[in-house]
Amino acid sequence: MSDTLSITLTVNGERISTQVPPRLPLIDLLRETLGLTGTHLGCAQGVCGACTVRVDGETARSCLMLAAQADGCQIDTVEGLTDSGALAALQDAFHRHNAVQCGYCTPGILLAAAELLDQAENPPTRDEIRDHISGNYCRCTGYQSVVDAIAEVAGSRAARPKPETAP
Amino acid sequence: MSLTDADRPNSYIGRSVPRPNARRLLQGRGRFVDDLVLPRMLHAAFLRSQHAHARILSIDTTSARALPGVVAIYDGDDMAAHVTPWQGVLTHLSGMRSPPQPVMARGVTHWQGEPVVMVVAESRAVAEDALALIEVDYQPLDAVCDMEAALAPKAALIHPDLGSNLCWERRIDEGDVDGAFAAPGAIVVERQFTFGRHTGVTLEPRACIGDYDPAEDRLTMHYSGQAPHMMQSVIARHLGLPEARVRIVAQDVGGSYGIKIHTYGDEIATLAAARLLRRPVKFVADRLESFQSDIHARDHRITARAAIDSTGRLLAVDVDDTTGIGPYSVYPRSSGIEGNQVINLIGAPYRLENYRARLRVVFQNKVPMCQYRAVGHPIAMAVMEGLMDDLAEASGRDPADLRQMNLRADDSYPANSPQGLRFADLSHEQCLPKLLTNMDYRRLRAEQAALRDQGIHRGIGLVTMVEVTNPSPMFYGVGGAPIAAQDGASARLDASGAVHVSNSVTEQGQGTETVLAQIAAQVMGVDIADVHVTTGDTATTPYGGGTWASRGAGIGGEAMLQAAKALREQVLQVAAAILQTESDALDIRDGHVVDTASGQGRISLRDLAQMVYYRGNELPEGLKPELIATRHFKVSDYPFVFTNGAMAAHVEVDTETGLVRLLDFWVVEDVGTILNEKLVDEQIRGGVVQGIGGALFEECIYSDDGQLQNATMADYLVPMAAEMPDIHIDHVCTPTRTSELGAKGAGEAGTAGAPGAVMNAINDALRPFGTRLSQMPMTPERILKALGHV
Ligand code: FES
Ligand code: FES
Repeated sequence: MSDTLSITLTVNGERISTQVPPRLPLIDLLRETLGLTGTHLGCAQGVCGACTVRVDGETARSCLMLAAQADGCQIDTVEGLTDSGALAALQDAFHRHNAVQCGYCTPGILLAAAELLDQAENPPTRDEIRDHISGNYCRCTGYQSVVDAIAEVAGSRAARPKPETAP
Repeated sequence: MSLTDADRPNSYIGRSVPRPNARRLLQGRGRFVDDLVLPRMLHAAFLRSQHAHARILSIDTTSARALPGVVAIYDGDDMAAHVTPWQGVLTHLSGMRSPPQPVMARGVTHWQGEPVVMVVAESRAVAEDALALIEVDYQPLDAVCDMEAALAPKAALIHPDLGSNLCWERRIDEGDVDGAFAAPGAIVVERQFTFGRHTGVTLEPRACIGDYDPAEDRLTMHYSGQAPHMMQSVIARHLGLPEARVRIVAQDVGGSYGIKIHTYGDEIATLAAARLLRRPVKFVADRLESFQSDIHARDHRITARAAIDSTGRLLAVDVDDTTGIGPYSVYPRSSGIEGNQVINLIGAPYRLENYRARLRVVFQNKVPMCQYRAVGHPIAMAVMEGLMDDLAEASGRDPADLRQMNLRADDSYPANSPQGLRFADLSHEQCLPKLLTNMDYRRLRAEQAALRDQGIHRGIGLVTMVEVTNPSPMFYGVGGAPIAAQDGASARLDASGAVHVSNSVTEQGQGTETVLAQIAAQVMGVDIADVHVTTGDTATTPYGGGTWASRGAGIGGEAMLQAAKALREQVLQVAAAILQTESDALDIRDGHVVDTASGQGRISLRDLAQMVYYRGNELPEGLKPELIATRHFKVSDYPFVFTNGAMAAHVEVDTETGLVRLLDFWVVEDVGTILNEKLVDEQIRGGVVQGIGGALFEECIYSDDGQLQNATMADYLVPMAAEMPDIHIDHVCTPTRTSELGAKGAGEAGTAGAPGAVMNAINDALRPFGTRLSQMPMTPERILKALGHV
């Protein structure tokens, strides 16, 4: 079939040029074409947050975005952010606090939590954490351990001198 | 060796060890069914009935078949040649009826969402395109949706052969109920409750892959579910394969809660198609399909009465429960257990002698209803605890006091309930006072009174409860279902000195594999990192029931304990022979066999294993080179191991908007021996939040003609982080006498108790208005209605 579009994007630091059908959601490109199965599909309607990835540094729902719209973008998924160490402190805290049960929501929640910690001037309160992750459904944990883990990382970051902002 | 000796090296039981297998999930390296891609794999999609009840007049698949990429199309008649129908009845629920259910609809559809046509194609997208090209001509039939209307004499019949829409009826009548209600001075309350339908909304939808190898006549199912051996038996029976040629593999499961333990026609059809096409076929439900085909839960209408005497002593309870189960009783567990548990568990925490109940289980043209987390418990607890609050109000007593004076005494066990349940090792008299202390009950009551004067309406809701855990064969096996009540564990030492264990209980995130590793590591005297756990595969684990009814830790854990002890005994015997000493003078610590008395190392497990495996010639004559042991465990003497607990919700109701703010939630729970407190607490918290979901948000809303109105995640509300309170958990520990480990279940208590606590709290807040709610979910609209504002 010739009705495909050529796109070039950077996924987890790797430049990828490929042909995609116009209606292919970004999540299908990530999961099926690239085999990055850490990003999960929960609702395909932008509601549950299981499909959260970073697009040019901002969190986005990969179920709502088309692969074609990601042309020229930089995409980061849980796999890449694990390898770079960007999520390490959160992953460690989630592990110690048992903030993961089935794990289906977890990559999305980690990305949402990282976004909150990166944006926040001051360590967020528990209520602010709860608000921020309310676009990410978790059916297993009851959320409290997730809030505990994020709050702990926020607290220890605040205790550290701020790193120079990267260029 | 004491199980709770925390000073021993390698002591893990009772410690909050982080889950080793959670690291994968945190790094996006989960292995969920949809992550798996097999060579030449095809994809299935289903055309589902858009009517709740309709005759299928014709199905035209001509254009769909012509679509490039479509490989096969099957309707219910096609599939019937390859899959025999099933029947969801249990013989011990006597009188239960349900007709044979075909794998896909044949002739008549019985609920909106029932699979009608299956398309198998090169991709899911092509399969979905093909669905749009299929034309089905339906003749709509009367949809029977309301369960009371379904029982009316002239009601349309869902299954004409049965003569009525009644699936099952059970009555209990113990003691002198009428006499008790008529006793002089008796205070009697009566109330009608409605519990809506909700569903599990597992974040990972149901998914499976069928992979058939015709050369060996072997079928493998990659399964997102809880009970591999049950599925193996179901599939073998209904696809006509030898059971041993069916393999079920469950790796990571993205939430289950009872949803993924039933027989679903779309999954079985996927396996049948894989066999027919001799290629792997994957089916993953989309969210609409999940709402329209995952089992729904609850759906009860209940009238209940209770009486106390003038001293506050509970005299009698009388309950009438009608529950709607959809068009078929679900296979193989049946849809009778939910209602059965409701009438079995009402009043369980209390000394109660006079009890009457009627249960009617009714067919209707809605999604099939079946066992979901806490099966029947939330209903039983909400009804009884609602009545206790009504009795407290009617008699001018404090609700905590009334409960306390009626609780079963901690020294009264074993004891039987009027329903015939047998209780042991419960601690109601410790849990409730502990709860009241933890929440500072008297202070909250004083605060409530003070705030009422300022127009702030807070409420406190209490629940005392029991939970059915660790079931024996009396649950399902006795009724003829292919469901094991025992579980098996094996433990073996490899040549490097590492311990490998496998177990028939399964993991859906509870921490099953972690507690198994804790038990094995402690018994074997090794670091937990040296224990490797396998679950979820019928080819490699011992035979057993799987994880459901809060049985993983209690039953699977006990089997693990016994298997590890047997392996330890083998190791010590080999060591004693090699070292020419007695095995009871030896211990294992940090992977080394040591002298118990001096602690001095004698031989490492690695050296011992290598001597046995590589240089058996060096072993004394007659010593068996065997370093593997398997043990099975089932609960005996008691049909179930009950846990007990007490819970409290603290809420604030905005009487202008009807919004409920959850301020706090407390739990005191007795799960017997605690293997890993953090895991137990998180099970309870997650359970509480699911219970709150059913109490406040979650409802499958139907139109009168059986159309599900809110089958999207945007429209069906589930609890979000911002709405949930912190949940304070505390424990009382009364080990069960039925096992050496002493662990009871923990997975469902939260879901069992939370809805009643939240309902009582809201009604407590509304008390000054002389109104109350008796319908779940308690939405803002219903609250405003109760207040007369809308
Ligand atoms: S799958 Fe994208 S938000 Fe749910
Ligand atoms: S851990 Fe299962 S959905 Fe969050």
